[in-house]
Amino acid sequence: MLNIKELLDKVKASPYREIVVRAPHTGVVSFASVKPGEKVHGPRGEFMEKPGTLLAQLTREKNEKPILAPEKGVIEAVHTRYEGQFVEAGEPLVTIKHYMTRKEVIELILQEALYLFRAPERAKYYFVPEVDQKLKVSGKRSVKVHDGMEFLIVSRMKRETPLVYSGPEGIIYSVYFGRGENVDEGEPLIGVCPEDQLSVIQDVVARIQSEWEEEA
Amino acid sequence: MDRERRIQGLRERLHYIQDIFANRDDESIRLLAAKFGELIERHETVSGGAKREELARIEDLFDFSERKLDTTLTPMDRVRIVRHPQRICLKDILENVYDNYTEIGGRGEYNIDPSMLIARAVFSRRVGDKVINQMVMVIGQEKGHGEAFRNGGSVKPWGNAKALHYMKVAETENIPVHAFVFTPGAYPVEDWPGAAQQIARNLYELAGLRVPVVSVFSEGGSGGAEAIGLADRRIMLSHGYYSVISPEGAAAIEAGLRSGDRTTPELIEKCARQLCITAEDNLRNGYVDRVLQEPPLGARPYHYDFFHELRRELIQTTNEVVSSVKSMKLYRAMAVRTSKTDDAESIYMRWTLSSSALDRLVDLRQRKFRAMSRHARLDGTGIVSRAVAATKGTVWAAHSFVRYDLLGRQKKRLNAVFEDLGAEAHLVRHKVFMPLKKTLDRVLPGNNGEPPKVGEAVVDRLTRLSCPEDGACLVGSEWAWTSPRSQEDRTISCPNVRTHHCPDLWVPDLFGDFAGVCPSCGHHFPMEYRWYLENVFGYSEAKEFNRQLESVNPLGYEKFDTKLDKAKERTGLKSACITFETSIEEVDTVVAVLCAPFRGGSVGAAEGEKFIRAAERATRKRQPFIAYVHGTAGIRIQEGVNGVIQMPRCTIAVRRYIDAGGLYLVLYDTNSYAGPVASFLGCSPYQFAVQSSNIGFAGPGVISETTGTAVPPNYHQAYHALSRGHIHGIWDRREVKKNLHQSLLTMGGRNLYYR
Repeated sequence: MLNIKELLDKVKASPYREIVVRAPHTGVVSFASVKPGEKVHGPRGEFMEKPGTLLAQLTREKNEKPILAPEKGVIEAVHTRYEGQFVEAGEPLVTIKHYMTRKEVIELILQEALYLFRAPERAKYYFVPEVDQKLKVSGKRSVKVHDGMEFLIVSRMKRETPLVYSGPEGIIYSVYFGRGENVDEGEPLIGVCPEDQLSVIQDVVARIQSEWEEEA
Repeated sequence: MDRERRIQGLRERLHYIQDIFANRDDESIRLLAAKFGELIERHETVSGGAKREELARIEDLFDFSERKLDTTLTPMDRVRIVRHPQRICLKDILENVYDNYTEIGGRGEYNIDPSMLIARAVFSRRVGDKVINQMVMVIGQEKGHGEAFRNGGSVKPWGNAKALHYMKVAETENIPVHAFVFTPGAYPVEDWPGAAQQIARNLYELAGLRVPVVSVFSEGGSGGAEAIGLADRRIMLSHGYYSVISPEGAAAIEAGLRSGDRTTPELIEKCARQLCITAEDNLRNGYVDRVLQEPPLGARPYHYDFFHELRRELIQTTNEVVSSVKSMKLYRAMAVRTSKTDDAESIYMRWTLSSSALDRLVDLRQRKFRAMSRHARLDGTGIVSRAVAATKGTVWAAHSFVRYDLLGRQKKRLNAVFEDLGAEAHLVRHKVFMPLKKTLDRVLPGNNGEPPKVGEAVVDRLTRLSCPEDGACLVGSEWAWTSPRSQEDRTISCPNVRTHHCPDLWVPDLFGDFAGVCPSCGHHFPMEYRWYLENVFGYSEAKEFNRQLESVNPLGYEKFDTKLDKAKERTGLKSACITFETSIEEVDTVVAVLCAPFRGGSVGAAEGEKFIRAAERATRKRQPFIAYVHGTAGIRIQEGVNGVIQMPRCTIAVRRYIDAGGLYLVLYDTNSYAGPVASFLGCSPYQFAVQSSNIGFAGPGVISETTGTAVPPNYHQAYHALSRGHIHGIWDRREVKKNLHQSLLTMGGRNLYYR
């Protein structure tokens, strides 16, 4: 059984994710003026059209390529010893400490704790009538699923076929699709958690929602 | 009650004056404000309110001051007048100028585009003892005194489509169109039918619309104005403006600002002055036919005398247009020409025209625009060359007529007859001889022809490895011209590297053999126009014409002379347009190229003229006409209306060419935006783009500024333009020549010389 408390403690102990920016290929490095402790940002804008902070330039065959920060964070280390040097591909250049956002933490915990049942093809999905009714009447945390249970209807191109659940037994914790909405292949449909862990997960998520402080 | 209303009226007049002069420190305005303040104070304190005489006195003072201030108006003040919510709107005109009207195509907010208003309106008047009702189709932008849903008269593409629809209705019903231009510019969205393409379509239709069209300009903002402004007669209101770009836009470009930043009011004021946007400027340049004087500081809805004047002017002008082409007019034509007073109402002329009169009307309209903007370009061609060119033109026209019309048509008919006869004979032969042959084959088998013996040499050629003795098959580059960039020893990255993981490209390869195309994702790097000239159009063997037509600085725009000289020196061109005659795979063609390196490929008077002459040459010689747009940033703003007028001018030329049965094909490359796309390029029935090019009306900065929504970075990409239906195909650069040849053979034109 998964120990959620432990997981949360681990996250709390170091609420960072370390991002190592490596040289994508060989070339001569020249670092931009970034220093440890400085804040950097990733791509921004509505369409991610504004690039992230410039970390370094990598020149190969007179082709100068910018190396940009992939995500928001604080510079932890700049490997300035490579300044002006020729580096191999994969050489770490800059380390960024990325403070995890609320969403990322919840996602991390749910990923560990939930079993995600994914869409086998792009289609519209509906619950079978019994399940649907139960969900509507007593909420989604009331439905138990088990291996071999027929619980969804796949509706595509005027054909409707039942879909059988396969995976560990548990309770539907979250539903990721809406009524009449097309779901792409591989997207999660439902998240299932073991019955005994339901309250723990709920508790943890609620606590993260209220307590996790995001960095500006 | 009456006094209250008069005081309210005065208050509005005062606010209006203050708004227009943008809080400029002026003696008269201060005096007015002070006097009005006193009046209000007295009105509130004294029992019974201010006296009637007092009010009359202050109203006189207002009248006097307005007249005085009117003489001090700057061009930017006029812009503010035109944009003011108190300015007359189309609705006011419909109410006060016409005797009756019915709004069609939507009402108020319930409308596909509330900023475009269409109405069937009627003039009723008594001439002699007869009551006459004359109907017109009124089309115009409605600003609605600042109603938000009217969008300030900024028409969306579908609004312009509606306008076009009702122009056609007017054509069917044979009633004149009165167009009222009240727009700061078109609303720059690319969704179907597309801002640029719809304006182009409107221009194209207006260029040959078979009804009298009279347009009235109050606020003529560039493309939006052109969508309904191409007319037989153009009247301009004295306080209006007609410009290529808003003064703010010009100032932003002048100052080299990025979107979001603001320029200084002084610079905006200066740009407004330099762009020559006022009614007098436009009258002097010949872009409007008449200026209608407004009351001091511009017409507002309570200026009933002005509406009366406008009514007279509209009737008079429509009469003029009609009388200029009508066959049965006699004394009335003279009366129309001379009448300057209220007489216009007393002359009755039927506004429905016969078919031949309509032909003359359209022809007159086209000639009128053809003759415009002569002063705004420099023709360095000598007088002898000009005479020779004119003679040659006539000879070609005559030659084409004799060869392709007189003789050619007969020959075609004869050919058709022979073809039919041949087909008949073939069928008969088949039916008669086949059974005979079959019987013979059965009786004498093995008599079939033996397969021809294949020579040793052929076998060898087909089976050996390709040129083994030469080592690897290294032949020279297949391109006649390669970019000088290919000399550089370095690599560059493809912009699609993130999504397509393209490897870095070695520049000599990329700009040499690969013709600037990424071999991994097909991204086309921008290429010099020379590449196309040499590799596609065979420029070295081509015959260039009108080389001496030169761009100048017609408005004396500050510092523009030096910029222009620099562009001329750097590119070795005299304008952004190169026109030449060439042959593409044995098909003689006229080509016009817009080159991006010359002032961004912007179109001014010289470029427009060259384009028109190219179209005319193609008409005379019955050749296809290709417009290759290496890149265009739009109309050259420093030329002001001299530039904008090229939109209708060139569209008319294109229309004439297409109507004469030619093939007009447009090929876009790199970036093509604004005016040219919204007129003579966008109206082509065959528009193609080279891959990785961008096509649009306004750039992303302008779009987010005017509409308030950001657009994705790839909004203008050719593929999006294709899915929106703006262009009709995307070509690989390496296959442009092949595709062009294919198009020349398969598309358009009943009157091409090789058909």
